[in-house]
Amino acid sequence: MISTAHRLATLDDLHQAMRRGRDLLYPSEPKIMVGTATCGLAAGAEEVLRAVREEAEKSELPYVVAETGCIGWCSQEPLLDVCIPGRPRVTYGRMKPGRAREIVRAIPKVKPEWALAMMPGDENELNGAYVNYCVPHNGHVDGLKAYKELPLFKRQLRIVLRNCGIINPDSLEEYIARSGYHALWNALRKHTPEEIVADVKRSGLRGRGGAGFPTGVKWQAVRDARGEPKYIICNGDEGDPGAYMDRGVLEGDPHSVLEGMIIGGYAMGAHEGIIYVREEYPLAVMRMKQAIRQAEDAGLLGQNIFDSGFDFQIRVVKGAGAFVCGEETALIRSIEGKVGEPQQRPPYPAQHGLWGKPTCINNVETWANIPVIVQRGGDWFSQIGTEKSKGTKVFSLVGNIENTALIEVPMGTTLAEIVYDIGGGIPNSRACKAVQTGGPSGGCIPADKFDLPVDYDSLTQAGSIMGSGGMIVMDDHTCMVDIAKYFLEFLEDESCGKCFTCRVGTQRLKEVVTRISQGQGKEEDLELLQDLGWLVREGSLCGLGQTAPNPVLSTLRYFRSEYLAHIRDRRCPAHRCRELITFEIDPVLCNGCGACVQICSGKAILGEKNKPHFITQAQCTKCGACLEMCNFDAVLVH
Amino acid sequence: MVHITMNGLPVEAERASTLLEVARFYNFPIPTLCHEDGLNPYGACRLCLVEIGEAPKSKLVAACGYRVEEGLKVRTNSMRVQRARRLLLELYVATCPQSKRIQDLASEYGVRQCRYEPIDGQPGAPWDPKANCIQCGLCVRICAEQMMAGAIGFAGRGKSRHVARPFGMTSEQCRQCGACLYACPVCELRCQGSTAETLLCNGCLNFSPVCFQSYNDAMCFLEPCHACELSGPFRHEVGLKVPALQSAPQKAAPSTGELK
Repeated sequence: MISTAHRLATLDDLHQAMRRGRDLLYPSEPKIMVGTATCGLAAGAEEVLRAVREEAEKSELPYVVAETGCIGWCSQEPLLDVCIPGRPRVTYGRMKPGRAREIVRAIPKVKPEWALAMMPGDENELNGAYVNYCVPHNGHVDGLKAYKELPLFKRQLRIVLRNCGIINPDSLEEYIARSGYHALWNALRKHTPEEIVADVKRSGLRGRGGAGFPTGVKWQAVRDARGEPKYIICNGDEGDPGAYMDRGVLEGDPHSVLEGMIIGGYAMGAHEGIIYVREEYPLAVMRMKQAIRQAEDAGLLGQNIFDSGFDFQIRVVKGAGAFVCGEETALIRSIEGKVGEPQQRPPYPAQHGLWGKPTCINNVETWANIPVIVQRGGDWFSQIGTEKSKGTKVFSLVGNIENTALIEVPMGTTLAEIVYDIGGGIPNSRACKAVQTGGPSGGCIPADKFDLPVDYDSLTQAGSIMGSGGMIVMDDHTCMVDIAKYFLEFLEDESCGKCFTCRVGTQRLKEVVTRISQGQGKEEDLELLQDLGWLVREGSLCGLGQTAPNPVLSTLRYFRSEYLAHIRDRRCPAHRCRELITFEIDPVLCNGCGACVQICSGKAILGEKNKPHFITQAQCTKCGACLEMCNFDAVLVH
Repeated sequence: MVHITMNGLPVEAERASTLLEVARFYNFPIPTLCHEDGLNPYGACRLCLVEIGEAPKSKLVAACGYRVEEGLKVRTNSMRVQRARRLLLELYVATCPQSKRIQDLASEYGVRQCRYEPIDGQPGAPWDPKANCIQCGLCVRICAEQMMAGAIGFAGRGKSRHVARPFGMTSEQCRQCGACLYACPVCELRCQGSTAETLLCNGCLNFSPVCFQSYNDAMCFLEPCHACELSGPFRHEVGLKVPALQSAPQKAAPSTGELK
C-alpha cells in the first residue's frame, strides 16, 4: 500500500517523508481506522475491517481505510475510529460488522449513541507538539467526551505508547510524520556516542523488564567493555500471565523499538541488533520483520545510516516458548541455539554476553523510551516520575476490573488511582481484595495498601516487584491460597530445572500449598512455607528462582488469616477451594426453572420441573456453574 | 594476585580463581554435590552457597562459579549460609534419602527433621534413578567435557527435566565407559541402619548403626562414619573405649550435641 522506495539520507529526505506521512495520517478524505492488534483481532476486528472495506468500496467515495495498533482500551475492542477532516476523531467500541457498515454509511454524520469518545487533537510526547484535527472548526461533538476527559485517559502520560492506536504500524512514513527517526538523525549527526550515554544516564531511565537496573550504567559498561563485535538485544520474551505491554508496542509501533536500538547501537559501538520475540506473538514478529525491511529500504538500517558512516543491522529471533528465556543469560543461550538455561552472573552480559562478546539487553519498553530521551533530553525525562524511578510505566490492567486496559502512567501514581480512577473499580460492585503486580514473580498487594506509589523501590518494599508491568486485580471472591497455588503451578512448570532450589523448591512449595488448599494442612506448614520460600529466594541461580516464592510469601504476609482458616477451620472464606466447599440448593428460593440442570456438566442436579431441585453431592464436581447460572440466588455455597 | 577477605582473614588468591578453590586452598570446608575438579562449574546444587559483601547488601552466591574480585568480603559459614545449607539438605534428604553422601552431610550440618513427604513410596524403597536423581549434571558434564562423548544430556524442563539419552536409545557416541556412574554423587547407598524406614538417617549420631553389628554386610566401605570412629570396629585403632553393644537397634534418639 505504501511505497518506501525513497532512501532517506539527508534531513531534507526526512522532512519530505514526514510530509508524505502527514498526508497519510491526516488525509483530506474521511479516514476509517480499525484497531488490528492481537487484542482487536481476537475480538473480531478482522470481520469489522472487511465490512468497512466493502462498504467503503460500495459507496464509491474516496474513503481511506487504515489499520492501526492498540490504543489500550481493551474492554471495548474491536475499536473503530472515524476521522473526518476538520472534525474530531470519533471512536466507536465493541464493533460488529453490521454496525460498522452503518457507521460508514452515515459518514459524514456521527452516530453519537454508539460512540465512546472523541479526540479533538493529537498529542505527541516525542516533540511536545499538538496537532489539532479540527482546525479551523470548533472541535466538538454533542454528547461526546474527549479522550482527555475520560478517567481512563486523564491520568495517563503516553510516552512509550505515543503512537499506538494513532499510526498505521505498517507505515514507516506515518511514524516519521510523528517525528519518528528525528532522534536518530540528531543522535547520528549532532551528538557523539558519549553524549548519548551521558544523556541516558541523566534521564534516570531504569530497565523496564522488571529488575530496574539503570539503563545508562548498563550502556556505559557495554561501551567500556573490551571485545568486538558488540551486540544489542531487545528482549521481547514477555511470558507473564496477563501481561501484554511489549506486544502492544511491537504490534502498534515497531519503528520506535528499531529507532531506540539503532541509537543504542551507535552509543555503544555495536553494529548488530537482535530482537528476541516469543513465538506466541506471530503478529508482532510479522510487523517487526516488515518494519526492519522498510527501514532497510529507506537506508535507516544497513550501511552508512544518514551518511554518518555508522552501520547497523537488526534481525528477529523467535523464542521457542520458555518463560525462563526472558532471563537475560538464558535468552543469550537460546539465541546461540543452546538450551535456554540461565548462567551464573557475574560475568554479566555487558562483559561476556552473546558469543562471549559484550552485549546490551534491554526490554522492548526501555528501547521505545530511548528516542524520546534523545529528542527531548535526559533532563526533561527526569522530571517525570519519582525521585528514584523516572519516566512512565506501561501496565496491562486485567482481572476483575471494569476497564481492562493497556495504560501508561508516570511513576509514582498510586495503586488506588490506577485501580479505581483509571481502571474504574471492580465490576458488580464487589470489593477489591488485592492486586498482583509483576506476574508470577511478583506479589499480592492488599487493598488497604493501595496508597502505595507504584515505583521500583516501593513495590519491592511491599514484597512484590515492578516486573514487566502485568497488573492483575482481584475481587473479594478470590482465594489467596488458590492464587498462590496457581502461580506456583505456573512456576513449577516454567522453571528450567537447572538449579535445585528452584526446581525442587517450587515443587515442594506447591505440594504444601495444595495440601493447605485441600484442608489437610498443619499449622507447622506455614513455618515450612516461610523457610522454604526464604531458601528459594536466597539460594536460586537466576531471577526466576529468586522471585518465585514471592506469590506465597506475599499472600502469607498479608493474608495469613486466610491460610489459617484453611488449616484450622478447614474452610475456604472465598469459597474457591473445591475440596472445602459444598453446593446446595435452597428449596425455598428454588422455583425449579431447570436452568442449573442444563448447565451442570456432572449431571449432579436432579428435580422435577417447577419443583425445588437438589444436588447429589457425590456427582458434584464443584465447578460453580450452577451458582453463576441461577437467577434467583437459590444456589448456596458453604 | 587478588586480595580478598575470607571469614575475616585477609587472603591472596590467583586471578580468575573461584571462591570455592580459594576456600579449599585455605581449608575452609564448603560442601558440594555438583562440583568436580576438571569440570566446568555448573552451580546447580546450591550447597556451596557463601555470603559475599556486607550487610545489609550481602547476598548468597554459589562459590563454585563466582570468580574472586579485588576487595571482596566472603563468609563461608555465616548464620545465613548455615541456615540455607540446613534447609537445602532437608530438601535433598527428601529427594534422595538413599544417598550416604547426602545423609552424612545432613548429619554434619545438623539437619534433625525432614518435614517433606517422601517422593515415591517408602523411604526404604530401592533407589530409583528417575525420582531420586538430584540432577547435579556431573554425569552429563563428565561425558561431554572429559570423555568428549556427549552421549547423555538433559531433556525436559522443570519437574519433567531428567537425564536422558538421545531419543531414549544408546547412541554411537556412548562408549559405555562408565564415567557417568563414577561421577554420580548419590549412587553410593547409605548404610541401611536402624532408621532405614525414616527419611533422615542420622545413623552416625545414634551410636547404633547396623554396621555396628554386621560390619561385613554393610555398605560402609568408603569413609568411616563418626559412629565407626567412635565405637565401630576401628575403635582400637583410634584408641577409644568400647560402649556396650546394644542388642536391639534403637530408634532415632535426639542428638546430644555436635559430633565433628
